[in-house]
Amino acid sequence: MRSVQFITLLFLACATVASAQVTPDRLLNSSKEPQNWLTYNGDYTGRRFSSLDQLNTNNAAQLSPKWAYQTMAGGKFETTPLVVEGILYGTGPDDRAFALDARTGRPVWQYQRNLPDDIRPCCGRVNRGLAILGDRLFMGTLDAHVLALDAKTANVLWDVPAVDYRKGYSFTLAPLVIKNLVLVGVSGGEYGIRGFIDAYDSTTGERKWRFYTIPAPGEPGSSSWEGDSWKIGGSPAWITGTYDPETNTTFWTTGNPSPSNRGIGREGDNLYSNSLLALDPDTGKLKWHFQFTRHDEHDYDATQVPVMVNQGDRRLILQANRNGFFYVIDRTNGKLLRADSYAKVSWSKEKDADGLPIPSKDASPTPEGNRVCPGAAGATNWMSPTYDPQTKLFYVTAREQCDVFSTAPQPYDAGHAYYGSAYFPNEDAEPFYGALRAIDPDTGKTKWEWKHPSPTWSGILSTAGGLVFTGDAEGNFIALDAATGKALWHFQCGASVYSAPMTYSVKGKQYVAVAAGSTLFAFGLP
Amino acid sequence: MIVSSKIYLRTLGVLLTWVFTVVQPLGAQAKNPYTGDAKTAKLGEYEFRANCAFCHGLGARGGGRGPDLTRTPKKHGDSDQEIFTTISNGVPGTAMPPNGATQQGVGMTEEEIWQVITYIRSVEHKPVEMTGDSLRGRQLFFGSAACSTCHMFKGQGGRLGPDLTTAGTARSLDYLTDSIRNPSRRLAQGLGEAMKEFTEEYETVNVVTADGTKLQGTLLNEDSFTIQFLDTREQLHSLDKASLKSWEKSRVSLMPAYDEKTLPEKDLQDILTFLVNRLRAEGGAR
Repeated sequence: MRSVQFITLLFLACATVASAQVTPDRLLNSSKEPQNWLTYNGDYTGRRFSSLDQLNTNNAAQLSPKWAYQTMAGGKFETTPLVVEGILYGTGPDDRAFALDARTGRPVWQYQRNLPDDIRPCCGRVNRGLAILGDRLFMGTLDAHVLALDAKTANVLWDVPAVDYRKGYSFTLAPLVIKNLVLVGVSGGEYGIRGFIDAYDSTTGERKWRFYTIPAPGEPGSSSWEGDSWKIGGSPAWITGTYDPETNTTFWTTGNPSPSNRGIGREGDNLYSNSLLALDPDTGKLKWHFQFTRHDEHDYDATQVPVMVNQGDRRLILQANRNGFFYVIDRTNGKLLRADSYAKVSWSKEKDADGLPIPSKDASPTPEGNRVCPGAAGATNWMSPTYDPQTKLFYVTAREQCDVFSTAPQPYDAGHAYYGSAYFPNEDAEPFYGALRAIDPDTGKTKWEWKHPSPTWSGILSTAGGLVFTGDAEGNFIALDAATGKALWHFQCGASVYSAPMTYSVKGKQYVAVAAGSTLFAFGLP
Repeated sequence: MIVSSKIYLRTLGVLLTWVFTVVQPLGAQAKNPYTGDAKTAKLGEYEFRANCAFCHGLGARGGGRGPDLTRTPKKHGDSDQEIFTTISNGVPGTAMPPNGATQQGVGMTEEEIWQVITYIRSVEHKPVEMTGDSLRGRQLFFGSAACSTCHMFKGQGGRLGPDLTTAGTARSLDYLTDSIRNPSRRLAQGLGEAMKEFTEEYETVNVVTADGTKLQGTLLNEDSFTIQFLDTREQLHSLDKASLKSWEKSRVSLMPAYDEKTLPEKDLQDILTFLVNRLRAEGGAR
């Protein structure tokens, strides 16, 4: 009898341990366990929607802070944490990582990579988060390594250099795990890199494939580059992709061609910069591509999460692009279905026969400067949008700002900034602002907007409680009614929000978490 | 010299690195090794555009945010070494960040900083010879022109408008003239910068409180739910927008436009001379 009890206990213990293992199957079905947040975007679709509804339009006004975790780090705190069985895993500036009790905020372990002093991040020593498989966490680093950390101890299990960081390469994104592979895309569009997307064996760290986002001479698309410009043509892939198991396709987006503000010397469309790529995750083979901005001269990275949405039989990708257009694309073949501006646009005045907005010649940067909209930060940027299947609306963080773009010849020097010049606030000091816009994908029209006094870098979360969460540059974390845009609650975090909120549940209690300043906050009902 | 000292640093051990750094900080050489070199100035112009022009404007003539760098002497020190320090370390308490810390640029090497200094020197012009009467300008500023009602100079004056102690060296004469003749055309950068991505400007705010009290003033800060402002009696307010009967902000400055009738050209020149020369006579604003 006793031994039976013991065996039963042992079995239960094993079962508990087994359930802590994040299997590929659990990643595929993550929507069935909304108490956890298993990937950067919450699930493979990139919708950043949670079916948790304990927090809802009726009680949002009662939200209050439950705990705060301080990294004590300077710089932008861009993480979206993961939550697995009550443990929260996040990253911080300078390649920090931490595991916390998701209920109390108490640290379980803290990790910080010993970075060399000559790393070359373009835009802050940032990291956006981790991926998990089994009991391993995966992290891309600012010195262009990929790491596997033990989820229980932060012990480094493998550490693989992907490329020489001294030439301007780095990783800032949260990796994406598909099956047994860890996918990462590289940053460095400001340095004249040659961009790529890599896949590593999660067990050994062995690189399984690399897809260069710029074709070499002789490969399809190589004629879209002038001379040797392809070697330093940029086209980074610094935002986490999405994955469609139905067709076994992973979708990744790419950034600007280098130098970003000078098209002279790289005549052509500059494939696959500013594109959506449909890749076979097993091999890295390109199935098709769709280029949002051809021969870009305004730094209009397409590095916005390509959100997968199904409408009846239609299999779509929705993307509100940095260039100011909202695109609806058939994700089975890469065909453009519609493109509508959702912010002020002056770089494109016409569309081609397929409906694709094409650049105007008179929008090119000039030596003395040319005022173009959107400005250099874009109509949006990397901040995560969300799609709410209940309201059927797509929510994006928008910026209404034009800039003066100037250009000058610049010699390429490996590892040095390579912009081909710069941009400025426009001369009239015209006021600019931000807004959270709720776009109807059927019409491309904005149904409502929440105006921010100044533009924010916060992402957005939607939940089945009828709520949309976002942060602002003035430090507020805000809950809006997803249907109307009415503010239901806000909390002053004391610093600008540069991250996307996420939600999870522990012991039946729903939390919503967001990073602001150097602090990660979790909120819940009293 | 710079390059070799860098390599030297890398090859030495931790202790030596420390000693070396303490004894001779990197980039502390007093003179620009490229002084007057036109080719270097051109390289410096590229660096300037990528790293500095966002605030200091094309051609270093100053932007909405950063001072006109073609002016001399520089507010935070005019020697090569002082400018090197200003670029490397930034200016605490101002919007000038340390090299490499901005979100716009990617940071410069020491060599690139010297290139930028070479460029700045190439576009600098001699201190402007002011022809007005500085003393009379001061009398007008604190007297009949009533500038000091809203502007401070060295701790004296009002608070509603920007402190003008250093405006004379930080801004071009065109900019200063335009700010006096057409104050609403380009509002000055504001006082409060609390967590905003960009500075507030001296916008005008008009408020009607729940009990019907009308207030007018200069906006200090704002978020989606609150406003902070200084009213025309220099009283501070921080109010919930939802509690107000109405409120609006306007880019029409509270400052009256001083046309030639209000402020004849001679008076304008005297005030400008006061703003520029007072500083020089007293050795800068530091």
